[in-house]
Formats: sequence, structure tokens, C-alpha cells
Amino acid sequence: MPPLIEARDLVRLYPGVRAVDGLSFQVARGQCFGLLGPNGAGKTTTLEMLEGIQRPTSGSVLFKGRPLDRTYREAIGIQFQATALQDFQTVAESLTMFASLYRRTADRGELVRLCNLEEILDRDTRRLSGGQRQRLLLAVALVNDPELLFLDEPTTGLDPQSRRNFWGLIDGVRRRGKTVLLTTHYMEEAQYLCDEVAIVDQGRIIAQGTPDKLVREHFPATVVRIPAAHWPAGEPRPAGSEERAGQIELYTDEVPPLLAHLERIGADLTELRVATPTLEDLFLKLTGHSLRT
Amino acid sequence: MWHRVLAILVARNREFYRDSAGLGWNLVMPILMVVAFAFIFRGEPEDVLKIGVVTADGTLAGVESPLLEVRYVSFVPVADAAPGVVKVERHQLDLLVDLRGPPAYWVNLGSAKGHIAERLLLGAYREGGGADEPVRETVTGEALSYADWVLPGVLAMNIMFSSLWGVGWVIVRYRKNGVLRRLQATPLSPLEFLTAQILSRLLVVLGASLIVYLGASIFLDFPMRGSYAALVLVFAAGSLCLISLGLVVAARLRTEELADGILNLISWPMLLLSGVWFSMEGTSPAAQALSQAMPLTHMVDAARRVMIDGAGIVDVLPELALLTLLALALLTTAAWLFRWE
Repeated sequence: MPPLIEARDLVRLYPGVRAVDGLSFQVARGQCFGLLGPNGAGKTTTLEMLEGIQRPTSGSVLFKGRPLDRTYREAIGIQFQATALQDFQTVAESLTMFASLYRRTADRGELVRLCNLEEILDRDTRRLSGGQRQRLLLAVALVNDPELLFLDEPTTGLDPQSRRNFWGLIDGVRRRGKTVLLTTHYMEEAQYLCDEVAIVDQGRIIAQGTPDKLVREHFPATVVRIPAAHWPAGEPRPAGSEERAGQIELYTDEVPPLLAHLERIGADLTELRVATPTLEDLFLKLTGHSLRT
Repeated sequence: MWHRVLAILVARNREFYRDSAGLGWNLVMPILMVVAFAFIFRGEPEDVLKIGVVTADGTLAGVESPLLEVRYVSFVPVADAAPGVVKVERHQLDLLVDLRGPPAYWVNLGSAKGHIAERLLLGAYREGGGADEPVRETVTGEALSYADWVLPGVLAMNIMFSSLWGVGWVIVRYRKNGVLRRLQATPLSPLEFLTAQILSRLLVVLGASLIVYLGASIFLDFPMRGSYAALVLVFAAGSLCLISLGLVVAARLRTEELADGILNLISWPMLLLSGVWFSMEGTSPAAQALSQAMPLTHMVDAARRVMIDGAGIVDVLPELALLTLLALALLTTAAWLFRWE
């Protein structure tokens, strides 16, 4: 059985920029696949080519092993990053309008329950909070009971509470067997939601795998930072350590032996910091030296 | 296709009528304008005598007549006698003189200025020692007030603004705030979307015009001599044409400011040169040619012919055909140019 959707050597050129530069991956049925990357990495452009909204400069997108055609729009649901609904309509009216645009529609009651819209059905869409809005946009994306759901940075701009709630909704969507393709720049989000992630930078995939595997591969559990000036002169630095912005970064699975070692060699520990690596750290680690200055 | 068109149409109509501030403005402004103009132009707009002269070639060049020596009178060349006579009936001309053969003239028995103009004419011929006194023809008819004359123009003007901005502005706003982006992701086609916008606006324009018409009829006693069906068709065809023009403007623009500027650039010359406020008769040939190129001119002309001259559908067929063809051409262009983003 072919993958549900597949990107083959996608390239998208804008004047003077290779926004997407030869990107390939496959998403299996029922999977949740995440494209991770900083702003401007080409995630949204990639997603829009997969959605059939932008044409790739070269390369192709296959849905169930076939090129995209007119029926594709009926089979997918999209939640855009920046979008609006027509003014002066209630939540219920918006859902009805979008439902009328499709041949097949999801059961209305189930959709409302799934997206937790019961209490705001009669509210004007302009009066929704950020979290309520995202829930409505998710419902709109699901209104045609799509096989494949695209989410473009679905929780950007939401407070942590709303973000957690939204993840809960996506869990519900996944339990219904939907395939999900999302972009995010929150590592935590990718870790919570995705079966597989691809890390995108400057239009290319620089790492791909399950979140756990990526973390194990690229992240020792902890990073210890110490100002470079506080490192004892003449003392060799441990293998794998890096200096960045005047700070020496040491990666380790076990913090106490490292601290003991630092004390032994006479390092000044007054400004030492211990942190769990973030997505930012991963990027710096993967791309910082060679690709950017 | 049609259930999708209907869904978008219903949503757009809702947006229009629930926006109560905008709705009130759409209806109240034109009525206020008509009332204001009726008040300002309660008197006659000009204070000199206006005498129409029928000549062989429609100009006054080379015409010799003792009448033309009279000063402080405005002489208007008229190519044909029949329309000139109608103007005498309406008090738009104080006198009509035919100088093509043996001189003849028409005077309105109910017009005071017509009486004075007649004395002047006869005086001029007697002083000039002309052999034949002109032959007298008489007509009767009520004066056509400026407010009566201007009302069809104001209705058409309101349709123009509502048609151009009602789709142009809205589509650009939709494109800017992402409504179009959201719709693009659905099976809705550009043609379906544009059709819904046109139908929605056409309903709004005709509905609003009806209310303005009824509102004006409370304040003003204006003539409606022709067929109501013809008037509705003229306004519908004109509106369709201007909506399509608005769609062409809105096909690609991303900012409301630019759309607003371009729509102003289109609408103000039309407003000035389409004979909404003053007749284009007697203006320069260049201005008249420009005027003929404007859809609003043909809508105003046809509406006046229906309301003032009592025209029926057949009489305004040329304008209806012209406006419809232009609408189709503009619509095709708009559909071809249209981009969701």
C-alpha cells in the first residue's frame, strides 16, 4: 500500500530564494507527521505545496500514489496559520457555510463535541478568544470528515493552557484514525503529538525520525554552560564541548560527575547553569556552525 | 455548483445586513442627497434665456439671422427639431427656432420666460427688417424641475458606488485578512465565488435602490412616466456592469488603500462626466466622447428616458444590450485575472 501522502524532491524558488530545496518524505495512513523548524525554514511553503495551494517549482506530491487532482480538496482538511472567517456570522453559521461547500460532511453533533464548541455555537466569530477561534478553525478543517488533516502552526500565539487543550483535541482527531501533518516550532508540541518529525532548515530536512530517537541521537539529556572566561587556562576542554557567545557548552547524560570534574580542574562555578536542551539548542547544534553565522 | 454559490451568497448577505451602521449609511445617504439638491436647486438653475436653434449641420457656424444678434441670451444648437420641441415642453429651452428653411419657432404657452423670449425674437426680426416673420408654433407642458431631472442620475450614482465598492472593497479585504485563503482550501471554484459575490451585491443594490426610490417619493413629487420593468432592467444591467468593473479592480489587489484609490479614480470622472449632475450638452467634443465611454452615462440616459420621457423596454434595448455586453466582457476579464492570494 502506498503512503497516504508523499513529497518527492520538492523545490520551490522565489526570486532570489530557494524556499524549499529538495525535500522528500512520506506519511503513512494514521500517522502524525511533524515538520519542525524556525520561522522562515520553509515549513509553510512545504505544507502549502502538499495542500495543493502552491505549485512546486519542481518535484511532485503524490496522494495515495497518484498526483493531486480536483477531488483532492474533498479529501483533505486544512487549518491555516493566518486566516479569517467572514464577519457577522455565528460559529454555527460558519460551520454550516463550510459544510455546504463539500460533498461529504462530518456528523455535526460529533464535530461540535470533538472540538468542544457546544457553548459558543451562537457566538459571533469576532467575539471568540484565541483558543476558541483555533477550535472553530479546527472544526472547519474537519467539516468534510477529511482523511488527511493539515495543521500549520496550530498553537502559535495560544497561552499554555489553550495549547494543552488543543493537543487534547488533536488526540481525539487521531483516535478517529485521521492522518495528521503539522508544522510547529515547539519541540514540546512535536514530542507530544507526532509519531515522526522532520527537522527543516533552509528548505532542507536535516534530521528525521521519531521524537525519542531524535532526542537520543542529538541531545544528551542535559547541557551545562559555563562562561569561557571561567575555564581554567591551559586545561583541555572535554570532547564535544562547544563555545558559543562567550559560553562553553558541555553535553552530558550525568550531571554530578561532570560537576565533580569541573571542581577538580579548578573551574569557577559561580555562573554555571544547567539546562535541558530546547529546540533552539538542537538547531544550534545541528546548523549553528556550518550553515549560519 | 449552485449549493456552493448559495452558501457563499447567504454568508455575504448576512455580513451585509448585520453590519447595521454600513446598511443605514447605504440607504440614508442617497435620500439625503436628493433632498439636499432639491433644496439647493429649488429655483431655476440658470438666469439667462436659453434659445434652441435648429440648423442644417447642428452648429451655429455660418448661420445668419437677426435673432442671433440679441445679447445676453444663450443660443444652443440643436440638430433635430423633435427633441428640441420636447425640451420646450419641459421648460428646458425657453424657445426653439428653426432656421433651416423659412424661419419657424416653438414657444411654451405656460412659460413666462418663453413669452419674453418670443417678444425678443419678434422684435429682432422687425428691427432687422426681415421680410418674413417667423411662423409661430405653440406647445404646452409643465416645467421639469432640476430635482426631477437629477433623481434618475442620483439613483444611478448610488448604484455605481454600491456596485464598485460593494464587491471591490470586500474582496480585497477578504484577500488581506485571509478569508479567501480559507475558501481556496475548499472545493469552491473562483467562478462560483465570483458568481455568489455578484448575485449578493445585485440583490443588495436593487433592494437598496427600491428603498431609496420609495424614500425619495416621500419627499419629492418626481415623474415616473415609463415602464417599471424597463427601469429595473436598466438598473440591473448597469449594476452588473459596474460590479464586474469592481471585480476587475479587486482581482489581484492586496491592500484596501490601493483599491480605494483606484475605485475613486474610476468613479469620480464618471460622476462628473456621465451627466448625473448636469447635462453634457454643450460641453467639448472630447468630454462628450469620454462620457460615451462610461457605463454610468448609458445607465443614467436610459433611466432618464424611462422616468422622464416614458420609455419602455424596447426603447432602452440599445443601452441594455450595451451594458450587458460590457458586463460580460468585464466579468470574463475579472475571472481570468482573479487570484485567491
